[in-house]
Amino acid sequence: MGTYSERNYLNTPTGIKSWLFTLDHKRIGLMYLFAIMTFLFVGGMIALVIRLELLNPGPDIVAADIYNRLFTLHGAIMIFLFIIPSIPAALGNILLPLMIGAKDVALPRLNLLSWYVFVAGACIAMYSIISGGVDTGWTFYTPYSSTTDSAVISMTFGAFVLGFSSIFTGINFIVTVHKLRMPGMTWFKMPLMVWGLYATAVIQILATPVLAITLVLLILERTWSIGIFDPMMGGDPVLFQHFFWFYSHPAVYIMILPGMGIISELITTFSKKKIFGYKAIAFSSLGIAFLSFMVWGHHMFTSGQSEFSSMIFSVITFLVGIPSGIKIFNWLATMYKGRITFETPMLYALIFLFTFSIGGLTGMFLGSIATDIHLHDTYFVVAHFHYVMMGGTVMAFLGGLHYWWPKIWGRMYNETHGRISAILVFVGFNMTFIPQFILGSQGMPRRYYMYVERFHTLNIVSTVGSWILAAGFFLMLYYLVISLFNGKPAGNNPWGSLGLEWSTPSPIPPENFDDDLKFEHGPYDYDKVIAEKTI
Amino acid sequence: MDTNKTLMLPGAKSTIAGDVDSLFNFILYTTGAIFILVVVVMMYFAIRYRQRSGKAEVTSGRDYNHVLEVIWTVIPSILVMVVFFWGFKVYMKMNIIPRDAIEIKVTGQKWFWTFDYDEGINIVNELVIPVDTPVKLLMSSQDVIHSFFVPSFRTKMDVLPNRYSLLWFESTEVGEYDLFCTEYCGKGHSEMIGKVRVLPKVEYEKWLVESAVEDTTTPLAELGEQLFKKKACFTCHSIDGSRLVGPSFKGIFGNPVKHNDGTTATVDENYIRESLLDPQAKVVDGFAPVMPTYQGQLTDREIDGIAAFIKTLK
Ligand code: HEC
Ligand SMILES: [Cu+2]
Repeated sequence: MGTYSERNYLNTPTGIKSWLFTLDHKRIGLMYLFAIMTFLFVGGMIALVIRLELLNPGPDIVAADIYNRLFTLHGAIMIFLFIIPSIPAALGNILLPLMIGAKDVALPRLNLLSWYVFVAGACIAMYSIISGGVDTGWTFYTPYSSTTDSAVISMTFGAFVLGFSSIFTGINFIVTVHKLRMPGMTWFKMPLMVWGLYATAVIQILATPVLAITLVLLILERTWSIGIFDPMMGGDPVLFQHFFWFYSHPAVYIMILPGMGIISELITTFSKKKIFGYKAIAFSSLGIAFLSFMVWGHHMFTSGQSEFSSMIFSVITFLVGIPSGIKIFNWLATMYKGRITFETPMLYALIFLFTFSIGGLTGMFLGSIATDIHLHDTYFVVAHFHYVMMGGTVMAFLGGLHYWWPKIWGRMYNETHGRISAILVFVGFNMTFIPQFILGSQGMPRRYYMYVERFHTLNIVSTVGSWILAAGFFLMLYYLVISLFNGKPAGNNPWGSLGLEWSTPSPIPPENFDDDLKFEHGPYDYDKVIAEKTI
Repeated sequence: MDTNKTLMLPGAKSTIAGDVDSLFNFILYTTGAIFILVVVVMMYFAIRYRQRSGKAEVTSGRDYNHVLEVIWTVIPSILVMVVFFWGFKVYMKMNIIPRDAIEIKVTGQKWFWTFDYDEGINIVNELVIPVDTPVKLLMSSQDVIHSFFVPSFRTKMDVLPNRYSLLWFESTEVGEYDLFCTEYCGKGHSEMIGKVRVLPKVEYEKWLVESAVEDTTTPLAELGEQLFKKKACFTCHSIDGSRLVGPSFKGIFGNPVKHNDGTTATVDENYIRESLLDPQAKVVDGFAPVMPTYQGQLTDREIDGIAAFIKTLK
């Protein structure tokens, strides 16, 4: 049985101030983790209300304008307050220094600032709810957003502020990776999670400012009637879409790349196999980061942009799919001749391979212009991006959360509960979203409060699926919270992993590692070294 | 019963729908095959290489295979390029508008569609077209962005406030098809739905002639009631006293109404006429100035009809 390390970052030093002003990346990461889990909960509850409303074709439990506020809120919370910060700012903050053998990130004060900026942005965004809510959809399309009387300014200003938090974290990670890798850890000996975080940071720094500018322009237009996007004032509404997607498409990769990083860690650890095609995976992350800036127009095939632009955007969209495919194949090859065990994190990795493949492959329907014309803005798109963002990023996040949970808290959760919950999540998720692919192909538009009778049956299936999904999450909430009190001590390395983070006690000591830390083996050298499981 | 309907797609009722569906099905089957391959390999490896003994041993260090990497890069690349070219080809076909297409003007506004014909016909939420004839829509919006979508025709185009957008199709079968707005446009977005009614050519000609002559026989109040539905007034006004986006018509006639500039007026024929032709001139207290103008869309007799109809709502 493992031991619980008594002197750790959770209890040294003590006192509320030592948390509020902490420069320790682990504490900051933990505060992020707490915040994003709260937002996941809120966003999830809203999703349940939305699905309940859609159980029947007509109006049921909320009015149309409330419904519009709810789906806007669901999208904005899940994207800006949960998924984007989930892996980089929460898990990444805790893990990045540990994975490269550093004592902290390179710029600890900036790290704390980014947390406070995040809190400020979140508060501003939340303020928009009490001041009437926002009914534009998370995409804030003009001229709807420049003319509606809901609280668009505070919501966009919140997103603007949140963007800075994201930029700060990105800068910090890039500097950290460049400057603080321990002696012996060359670029190609870094864990792939670090490559994922690095590629993400690059996109965060390059793309987020464009969102910031766009939102400022929108605010200027609304407050001072400067005509930029609103045709009534001489603006061009489609310009907004270009600006918005210039950020928001790369943002999809801000969300998925770190998730892919986690999957590389999970598959190797639980297959006890050297990663297959290390360089292919690392470079495909960079390739994705690069190409992701040139595909935004695929959100706009029906907007009236020229046929030529549509053609270019379509080609590049197909190209950006290839690196993701390469990763999937390499992960599969990693499992070959492994020594595979099926603890909860590995279940999530396998779920990821299943759901993310669906997410990626259904992108083919949308990248191809002729079929996209039919499917654009229907439930097909809703299903597609939930498969990518929830089936991809969130499944990876949940895998990572369960994987590093013993490292973060020093205690194990109940494994049986974990597996049951993973299966509920898997079943519920697919049951919720597979019907939506069919609904979309049948022509049901997205953001519909009511729908025509022929879409009824599949909507019922989808709503019932959302309840199963919720059951999985509630079970997870239960056993994770319980584990903090009565979980078995995990010891340094409950999974027998070769990653550096597992060589230090759990929970992690305040200084991360002893001074005599040496780089003895790579994170994936399962062909040479065996690490004993401490549980 | 629709014969060419599949699990995924509704019946194909336009000349390009068949092309789109072939591509859709091609993608469905190839990606389906790839997906099954991935899942089967995953399951096989998971079962075949699961840990059997408790003893920990090192595993194989083979971590690269040039041929494999090339294979799984090149084959998907070829596949996606096939899909790309195919998709682009069909798209071009969608975009080339036949010269002999009949033209109809489409206006989207919160939350209904208006169709204007050269023959002077103007109808709401129902597009009437002849079968086997190319139809070209010249579309624009009065307010925010909308999007014109007919699933059975596999076609869709955004309707913008600051420029015209074009869309064309040729329907292949007589019938009635759903028309949806697919660009989110606010409270009534999901009610911004209409019908495309495809008629045999002869009947279409007959319909044109009949609709073009003004209806002078229907009693005024009845005409007003028809217009209340046809012009989609009901999306914003109720007749039972309940408050929607606009005030209810119940019992307003002959009674005073307060405006947001503090003035009051009595609802009579002139007031109603002004409300329809210049709705923003007087805005009812407590409501947003969102009522669209019906200038040019209603004849005098029709306005009389609406007034007469409102008068009946005691
Ligand atoms: C987009 C929603 C909308 C539609 C569609 C609409 N209206 Fe209105 N209407 C309003 C609003 C909001 C008001 C109140 C504000 C104002 O006076 O401009 C109003 C006011 C009115 C008034 C004045 C009522 C009063 O109590 O003083 C009349 C009359 C009227 N509408 C008739 C019609 C008729 C007839 C139609 C259909 C041909 C129609 N409206 C379609 C939104 C709409
Ligand atoms: Cu609309």
